[in-house]
Amino acid sequence: MSHKILVIADHHDGQLLDATGRAVTCAGQLGADIDVLVLAHDGQAIADAAARLAGVARVHLVDNPANEHPMAATLAPQIVAFAADGGYSHVLGPNTTFGKDLMPRVAALADVPMVTDVMAVHGPYEFDRPIYAGNAITTVRAPEGQLLVASVRCASYIAAAANGHASVAPATTEAELPDHTRFVSLEHAESDRPDLQTASKVISGGRGVGSEENFRIVYDFADKIGAAVGASRAAVDAGYVPNDMQVGQTGKIISPELYMCFGISGAIQHLAGIKDAGTIVAINKDPEAPIFEIADIGLVGDLFEIIPALDAAVS
Amino acid sequence: MKILVSVKRAIDYNVRIQIAPDGSGVVKNGVKHSMNPFDEIAVEQAIRWKEDGTATEVVAVAIGDDTVAEQLRTALAFGCDRAIHVKTDDDVQPLTAARVFQALAERESPDLFLMGKQAIDDDANQTGQMTAAKLGWPQATFASKIELGDGRATVTREVDAGLETLSVDLPAVVTVDLRLNEPRYLKLPNIMKAKKKPIEDMAFDELGVAAAAPIETVTTKAPPKRGGGVMVDTVDELVAKLKEKSLI
Repeated sequence: MSHKILVIADHHDGQLLDATGRAVTCAGQLGADIDVLVLAHDGQAIADAAARLAGVARVHLVDNPANEHPMAATLAPQIVAFAADGGYSHVLGPNTTFGKDLMPRVAALADVPMVTDVMAVHGPYEFDRPIYAGNAITTVRAPEGQLLVASVRCASYIAAAANGHASVAPATTEAELPDHTRFVSLEHAESDRPDLQTASKVISGGRGVGSEENFRIVYDFADKIGAAVGASRAAVDAGYVPNDMQVGQTGKIISPELYMCFGISGAIQHLAGIKDAGTIVAINKDPEAPIFEIADIGLVGDLFEIIPALDAAVS
Repeated sequence: MKILVSVKRAIDYNVRIQIAPDGSGVVKNGVKHSMNPFDEIAVEQAIRWKEDGTATEVVAVAIGDDTVAEQLRTALAFGCDRAIHVKTDDDVQPLTAARVFQALAERESPDLFLMGKQAIDDDANQTGQMTAAKLGWPQATFASKIELGDGRATVTREVDAGLETLSVDLPAVVTVDLRLNEPRYLKLPNIMKAKKKPIEDMAFDELGVAAAAPIETVTTKAPPKRGGGVMVDTVDELVAKLKEKSLI
């Protein structure tokens, strides 16, 4: 039986997010017939970007002012209706906060179970996924003969290349949209730094950095080498940095080529967010810190001496 | 205002889990369990609203075998008024849990159903959203701030892009994130008092809910180990190694 796969596009500020391309790569392991569904307002540019993802056959754009902000209660009924009309066997979304919020609502409306965080595909209904903060990997088999809904663990996949030529077509659904959920605001820190989730280099700071002011030294070094900046939960809880910088089990799960962390001891919840990094470099003054157990390169010392020395060495 | 809050029993977050050598799963026997930390934050929030007069009744609900009563007692010690224990010895997956919570919500008619955003055992992050879908209620997930009033909840959510605020009509399902509050330490008198509070036991079959087709676990294994780490003594050595790998 051939499978027909629908990938839900994640986008922000009129731009298609890299996470969508990663979900498309995962979809490619399930079958060759892959469509992308873009739910947006003024979403033509997003749809065009999705159409360039290699492996995508068709992009469907549901353009509706109600889709301006990604609210699960509004999007889920449209996705369920579209997937049923189109005879899709699989609906995939990325495991960004967008997908985490949305995909379970899609699954429940379709009354099917959902597979969270697909990290490897063994067959159209058999996947690996992490449990216990990534301290165990479980192979699961989902029921066949019904819609399969899953989120894709983006850190496990590289984004599909942008050299495709899929068609883009407008689409509508008969779904009834609720009016019980309203968007109020988005507080969004503007930054010229690379995006934490897609950057090839990430510099992170933890509680050991000590204060919001002290984080300046981390930002400056990151800017020097063109890295994104992340943080441990402890640093976010202490108010040194905003929540969107948190790396770990319940924050962002990332897979940069280089991950350098300063003053992070390495709670298992943090390690869960960095296991797929290419090279992990840990700098901590405590030689017993658990971060050294998984680091590729470790250096014991005071970050306030080491960062300036690193800065000088790469100048 | 009446609040339902769900509670899950999970291996304690401080435990370094062991994987059964036969690949059948994670070793649970003889391992410390406690309330899922996200659920604890949800319970704490509900109790704060009880204490400031916003909530009139807080009901803790849980699904599982006899051992789950321990976590419901903890919720009662926090200050929940009563608890409902839906009993089953079977593994309960999110879609089935959502069907159960739907049935409980329809029976109890709360204004708000609070849940942890995910359980730290299966890390599924599904049950709240699924329950909201089943009930046809709004959902606000990953909440770091919740304001109640006027038949609405204004919820600030931790999302990848920053902090998003939604306004949802009540009743609604709200799932909570880490930074909503810091749960209190339980005091002995409250733990003693909790022993006298009622836990209503309900057999799974009594609810008239069908278990969903399960996602089967084929095998469970340890994650691949990252190996071969080295310690360096100086910044120069570190820089040399990074240059060798063309990383800087």
